[in-house]
Amino acid sequence: MNGLTLQLGDDQLSWLTQRDPRTRIITAMLFSLVTVSLNHPALLTAALMIAIATALAAGLRPSLLLNRILALEAFMLVMLALLPFTTPGAAVFTLGPLTATEEGLTLALTIALKANSVVLMLLALVGTLEPVVLGHALARLHVPPKLVHLFLLTVRYISVLHQEYQSLRRAMRARAFMPGSNFHTWRSLGNLLGMLLVRSLERSQRVMAAMKCRGFDGRFFLINELYWQWRDSLMLCVALPTLGTLVTLELLL
Amino acid sequence: MAHIPDGVLATPILIGGAVVTVAAVTVAVHRLRSEQIPQAAVMAAAFFVASLISVPVGVSSVHLLLNGLMGLLLGWAAVPAILIALILQAVFFGYGGLLVMGVNAMNIVLPALVCALFLRGFLRHSNPKGAFVIGAIGGASAVAMTGLLLCAALAMSGNAFVPAAKILLATFIPLAFVEAVVTGATLSFIKRVAPELLFMREAAYGQV
Repeated sequence: MNGLTLQLGDDQLSWLTQRDPRTRIITAMLFSLVTVSLNHPALLTAALMIAIATALAAGLRPSLLLNRILALEAFMLVMLALLPFTTPGAAVFTLGPLTATEEGLTLALTIALKANSVVLMLLALVGTLEPVVLGHALARLHVPPKLVHLFLLTVRYISVLHQEYQSLRRAMRARAFMPGSNFHTWRSLGNLLGMLLVRSLERSQRVMAAMKCRGFDGRFFLINELYWQWRDSLMLCVALPTLGTLVTLELLL
Repeated sequence: MAHIPDGVLATPILIGGAVVTVAAVTVAVHRLRSEQIPQAAVMAAAFFVASLISVPVGVSSVHLLLNGLMGLLLGWAAVPAILIALILQAVFFGYGGLLVMGVNAMNIVLPALVCALFLRGFLRHSNPKGAFVIGAIGGASAVAMTGLLLCAALAMSGNAFVPAAKILLATFIPLAFVEAVVTGATLSFIKRVAPELLFMREAAYGQV
C-alpha cells in the first residue's frame, strides 16, 4: 500500500481536485443528505448520474468507478437479492416457492442507487484528497483538535506499519508458512499481530520521546493555510441549486 | 464485513447511532491525554493494517474485526481509533457510507467498550494461558455483539430486512471463532514477550 489516495487518471489536476477541501467535504455531506432523503427512482437515477459525472470530472478512472459500483459487500448483494422476495406487495414473478413483488424490486433498486451515489460522490470529492489535507480540513471544520492529531498521526503510521507487517510476513514465508484454514494458521497470525503491536508500542514510545524533545505540549500546529477562493463559492453556487431542485422535485412528484 | 452502506437504514436508527457515537467519542477524547496520542495513533494504524489481512476460514476467507482486542488493549482510546479507521475505509476505499457512519461506528465501538470494562481488569494478573482465554472470550463476544447490533439495526429498519439479517448473523459465527483464536494468541504473545506494554498508564518518556 503506497498511500491511501485513489489512483487518479492522467490529468491529475482537474478543476474539482483544486477546490478547497472544506468545499468538497461540505458538498459531499449535503449530497449524501439529499440523496438518502429521495425516494423516487427517477430522481435517484439522476443523483447517480450526477455522482458519476462528478467522479469522472474529478479524474477517477472509469475502471475504478465500475469496480466500486459492482463491489458492494457480499452481504449487501445477498440482501438486495432477497429484498424483492421478502417485501409484501403485488406479485411480479415467481421463482419456485418465492414470489417477487413490485414493492420489493423498487426497494432493492432504491437502496442500490442510494448506496452507489453516496459512495461515488464521497470517493470523487473527499477520496481524492491527500489524507493529511483531509486532516487539516477537518481541523478547520472544528473537529476536536485531539481527534485531528490522532487522525494525522494514524495516517502517518499506516504506511510504516504496513511495511513492518510485510517484512514480518516475508519472514514467515521464509520459514515456509502457508496460510490455511487451521489452528496453526490462526495462532501464527495472532503471534504476527502480537509482534506488530509490540513493535508499534515500542515505536510509539520513541515517537513520544522525540516529540517531547521538540517541545510537544499537546498542540500540533497545522501549518498549511487554506484560502477560500471565489471558485469555491462558485462550486457551492452550482451544487446548492442542483440539490435544491432534486428535493423540490421529490416533494412535487 | 460490518459496513452498512447509505440508503438502507431508517432515519431514527441513523440519528440514534450518530448520537451514541458522538457521545462515546466525546467521552473518549476527553479522557485521552495528549501524551497518549502517539501511542493511540500507532495502535490505530496497527489495527488498520491488521484489518487488511485476509484470514482463511473453510473455503473462504475473512477480514478480522479486532474490536475485542482493541477494547482490551486500548480501553477508551479504542473509540477514536475505530472511528478514524472507519472514516479512512469509507473515504478512501468506499466501504460503508457517510450518514451511516454513526451506526457503523456504534456497532463496533460498543462491544469494544464492553470488553474494556468487563475483561481488561482480569488481564493484569493473568498468566499467558489466562490471557489466551480472556482474549478468546473477548474476541468472540465482541464479534457476536457487533453481529447482533448490526442485525438489530437492519431489523428495526424494516421487516423486509429480517431474512437477510439472519443470513448475515450466520456468517458472523465462523468469524467469531477465528477472532477468538487470533485475539487469544495475540494477547498471550504480548503477555509472554512484553507484559509491561499491556498496561502503560503513563507513556514512558525517555525510556527507549
